[in-house]
Amino acid sequence: MVQSLGFLKESASQTAGPYVHIGLTPNFASIGGVYETDLGATMVNDKTLGRRITISGRVLDGTGTPLRDALIEIWQADASGLYNSPSELRGSADPNFAGWGRCPTHGETGEYRFETIKPGRAPFRDGRLMAPHISFWIVARGINLGLNTRMYFGDEETANAEDPVLARIEHRIRVPTLIAAANGDTYRFDIHLQGEKETVFFDI
Amino acid sequence: MTDLSNSKPETGAFFPRDRLWHPPGLTPGYKTSVLRSPQKALLSLDGTVSEITGPVFGHSILGELDNDLIHNFAKSGESAIGERLVVHGRVLDERGRPVPGALLEFWQANAGGRYRHKKETYLAPLDPNFGGCGRTITDANGHYAFRTVKPGPYPWPNGVNDWRPAHIHFSVFGHGFAQRLITQMYFEGDPMIWKCPIVQTIPDKAAIEQLVAALDWGNTIPMDARAYKFDIVLRGRRSTLFENRMEGN
Ligand SMILES: [Fe+3]
Repeated sequence: MVQSLGFLKESASQTAGPYVHIGLTPNFASIGGVYETDLGATMVNDKTLGRRITISGRVLDGTGTPLRDALIEIWQADASGLYNSPSELRGSADPNFAGWGRCPTHGETGEYRFETIKPGRAPFRDGRLMAPHISFWIVARGINLGLNTRMYFGDEETANAEDPVLARIEHRIRVPTLIAAANGDTYRFDIHLQGEKETVFFDI
Repeated sequence: MTDLSNSKPETGAFFPRDRLWHPPGLTPGYKTSVLRSPQKALLSLDGTVSEITGPVFGHSILGELDNDLIHNFAKSGESAIGERLVVHGRVLDERGRPVPGALLEFWQANAGGRYRHKKETYLAPLDPNFGGCGRTITDANGHYAFRTVKPGPYPWPNGVNDWRPAHIHFSVFGHGFAQRLITQMYFEGDPMIWKCPIVQTIPDKAAIEQLVAALDWGNTIPMDARAYKFDIVLRGRRSTLFENRMEGN
């Protein structure tokens, strides 16, 4: 026998289920009067620094059917690449930008949509700059443990080409699954849970 | 967003997730998982600043009744129907340290097992005084508490006769986006726990037992509400003492 390291085990995940919106976006679920607004519904205000962008897309299952009961959260740096978090030691992020958003997929079309700003670049662990990106977390009925992925920007070809995370994807044919198509200030990012175009998901 | 006062922010990467402890993505006994589970290997990524940081929520977002599901949707002077409970516990990390400032959001069916949701078709009645959602933030010791009524078990379309045991859904924010977790709390002594296909997605019996709240007689409030204690463990993070910090990081 040896001494115990005394570590606890992380609580096991369970699916968010079909009624996740009751808990996380009650106003969206027509449960009014409990919270003034749904958390994460608005990411920017008049004073937020940076270029306004829209991100939209769908989450598709193995048959290509959009999930109409999913919930997506995103987490991103501000326009200068700083995160609004106590663990951010490189400086103070834009006080008018929390960097976090939450959006249910539409009950009929399955579309999600975030109005946010284009993030700046943040460093990888070794100091090299990563390309601008947004972290995604997807939960839904049938998803037992929330899925992590990243969205990169289709109009950042140079930065994407030197991104140390994208560089680690062995099967280069899968890199485009993480890159949103740019159309002016609107970016389209569909997430494929399965199939030929399955999005690269991360164990972070 | 507010700073967590006086404690030095931690910036280490998180311990790797033990994916043999969590349910796998593909669990055919829970049918919806079959077409919604990724089939390719995940890309492992030791935490960068994008994963070790996360949003922090201040108490200013909380309303007075946010942690009281008995009253937060009820008409003035009325209350939700059901067995009155206090649910409380701590949010800890894998190192056993309390996680202060953690936002917990919870949702549940009413005492009859019915959710207030337009897609819900169970014939049990809605309670006009019960919405089914609440939230709170852990204190400096990682402690939280809320009032609610005991949710009823309910049937769901999976097998021809599958039922969910009484449960409360929990969503938890720690201090890093990599700690984001959704789980469910079950009740001590409920025989239905062991018949549920969603519970059975968890391979390890000890991991299931970790999600079963104990009846906490000591904290039961006489003539008012029984107490259940439910601790939640989030991922721990490495010490940064001997980390190589390269230029610009
Ligand atoms: Fe449920």
